[in-house]
Amino acid sequence: MNQQLRPPRRVVADRVTLAHGGGGKAMRDLIEDVFTSVFAPPGMEDQARLMHPSLLEPGAQLAFTTDSFVVSPMEFPGGDIGTIAVCGTVNDLVVGGARPLWLSAAFIIEEGVPITILRRIAASMQRAAEAAGVRIVTGDTKVVGKGSGDGVFVTTSGVGVIPPGRTLIASSVQPGDVAIVNGVLGDHGAAILAARGDMALTTDIQSDCQPLNRLMEAVLAAAPAVRCARDATRGGLASALNEIADAAGVGVEIMEADLPLRAEVKGVCEILGLDPLYLANEGTLVLFVPPDQAEAALCAMQATEAGRGARVIGRATTAHPRTVIMKTVFGGGRIVDMLVGEQLPRIC
Amino acid sequence: MNYADEFRDPVAARGVLAAIARVTDEIGATKEKPVHIMEICGGHTHAIFRYGLDKLTPPGLEFIHGPGCPVCVLPMSRIDECVEIAERPGVIMTTFGDAMRVPGHRKSLIQAKADGADIRMVYSPLDALELARRHPDREVVFFGLGFETTTPSTALTILQAAADNQTNFSVFCNHITVPPPIKALLDDPHMILDGFVGPGHVSMVIGVRPYDFIARDYGKPIVVAGFEPLDLLQSVLMVLEQIRDGRAEVENQYSRVVPDDGNPVSLAACAEVYEPRPSFEWRGLGEIDASGVRIRPAYAAWDAEVKFGVGYGKGPRMVAEPDGCRCGDVMTGRIKPHACPQFGKGCTPEMPLGALMVSSEGACAAYYQYGGLRLEEAL
Repeated sequence: MNQQLRPPRRVVADRVTLAHGGGGKAMRDLIEDVFTSVFAPPGMEDQARLMHPSLLEPGAQLAFTTDSFVVSPMEFPGGDIGTIAVCGTVNDLVVGGARPLWLSAAFIIEEGVPITILRRIAASMQRAAEAAGVRIVTGDTKVVGKGSGDGVFVTTSGVGVIPPGRTLIASSVQPGDVAIVNGVLGDHGAAILAARGDMALTTDIQSDCQPLNRLMEAVLAAAPAVRCARDATRGGLASALNEIADAAGVGVEIMEADLPLRAEVKGVCEILGLDPLYLANEGTLVLFVPPDQAEAALCAMQATEAGRGARVIGRATTAHPRTVIMKTVFGGGRIVDMLVGEQLPRIC
Repeated sequence: MNYADEFRDPVAARGVLAAIARVTDEIGATKEKPVHIMEICGGHTHAIFRYGLDKLTPPGLEFIHGPGCPVCVLPMSRIDECVEIAERPGVIMTTFGDAMRVPGHRKSLIQAKADGADIRMVYSPLDALELARRHPDREVVFFGLGFETTTPSTALTILQAAADNQTNFSVFCNHITVPPPIKALLDDPHMILDGFVGPGHVSMVIGVRPYDFIARDYGKPIVVAGFEPLDLLQSVLMVLEQIRDGRAEVENQYSRVVPDDGNPVSLAACAEVYEPRPSFEWRGLGEIDASGVRIRPAYAAWDAEVKFGVGYGKGPRMVAEPDGCRCGDVMTGRIKPHACPQFGKGCTPEMPLGALMVSSEGACAAYYQYGGLRLEEAL
């Protein structure tokens, strides 16, 4: 039968049931109605078959990454689990200098999840994918019984191409290199905390989740000597800086006075006893660039939407190798270590 | 940000720091023969390290980090009892996040949770009471701990539970009070302290008068301090000025928050619900007379010790500290955290051996996290 003539499949249920994972008609209805009609993959075989001219350039490298998303709540100010599932994986490619092309999306859905939420998540994913210029080309859905999951878990894998000549690696950072962030820190973490509702905090803080490929391309065009970049997701800026200091065997010194922080985020951290350096971000990266190109990198960043709040926050140094130190506003210093466990609110 | 940035003004801080250096000189204190000031509260310890204040004060001034971290001084036996209650069928144990990783003799709460106990983190005892409402078929227990800062909210929650007749809710009470351990420290024959910085939020509840004995009976100055860096520095300066002038008084630096007589509503709720225990064990310090409170018999229905038969003193007390752990010596100012043989080796924030490494407000954790020793090498 000609596929074009078949009427589109429709989900009739309001909520996901185990039947939607059973491999039968209900599952195909769900996949087609909720996911593939939105993502419009280039073919419906069991695997995506792909070609891109940039792959053929001599010296080009394929970049491949994967990430799972389990955020709770699934929907929060500034995005939802779908937005970060796309942005997170896109940004993992981007910080390696890759131009992201294709994503897969696998869903583990708990029985009882309203179909309308799935539709919103799929729409968010497609919106984020379009913003990033990538396509969601293949995927999977599984349904687990009530209590075996928590709403929806999403795993995305991403493929991109690193153009010839780009080598962004953390171990190449040299003493004297300048550290730049593209914008305010901690918005995502603070927005999620507030959205959980158990703090009874009312804030206007929105998650910062956004794809960073346009920003990164602009920076690399203006400052091709950029040594490396890291997205400051789980563990926040502190963890990203520690990873780089460790890989490069350099010390990193940052200035407290130069950290871009929203007053609301500072307020949430004060109330809950959290350190914004460890709060998660979903659209924030830190990069290291040799001093002679730092100004160019900063200006290029600030000219993009995602980099308007870009700031120099510190530099790499020969002193205290593998250690990140923050100069406080008073001129005192403290070590900014990797996060231990999870950030727990203090009790007094 | 109002009421935070103003108290972190670097220019004002430099002025106070210069005055601190001057008065320390006037006292004649030197690196070899320093003046010792104890900041009682873990929140102050945390602030000192977070802002690097110890690196900015003169070498003749030494901070001794006090016992004011409720998680740190909680004895292992109480964690063991809490785990025992949590592991009973039908129980939901609720706790502040800090207490999750405190090592017990057998296991910590976080380990008990992984082993299947239903242990949940809450931000307020009222959240625990709400949980009891939502789960009428379960026994919800709140692991109440903390100083006078958290004691009233637990009391008010018990009063609320009594008013609502919420019988599946109870409190495992470990609340303790600040003045008795200070007295114990002052009675210690090895005591080297010259003055105190007192916890402002405790005085918000109890006022400043409970500290009168420090000045009157022991001739030591104490200044009740706020928690911003400028509060802390100004309070240190006030203590130093008292020492220089030969005065011993109770002063209130945090008067924007602390009334001299405390908060009568909180104090009334506490008096209604609690009575003093004859004695309570402090980790690293031992048993201290009248240093803790228990729930009065009138509210026994909400007392987990009664409900689950694990009353204080029923189990073996004074479970031995792990080998090589010198939390007690750190807390009394005998040694610095890094002088403990286990510091950073057998005892780290990931795998704390001693209590002072567990909470971010413990002296050892603050020292480790903010690099007390490594920082000296680095800078």
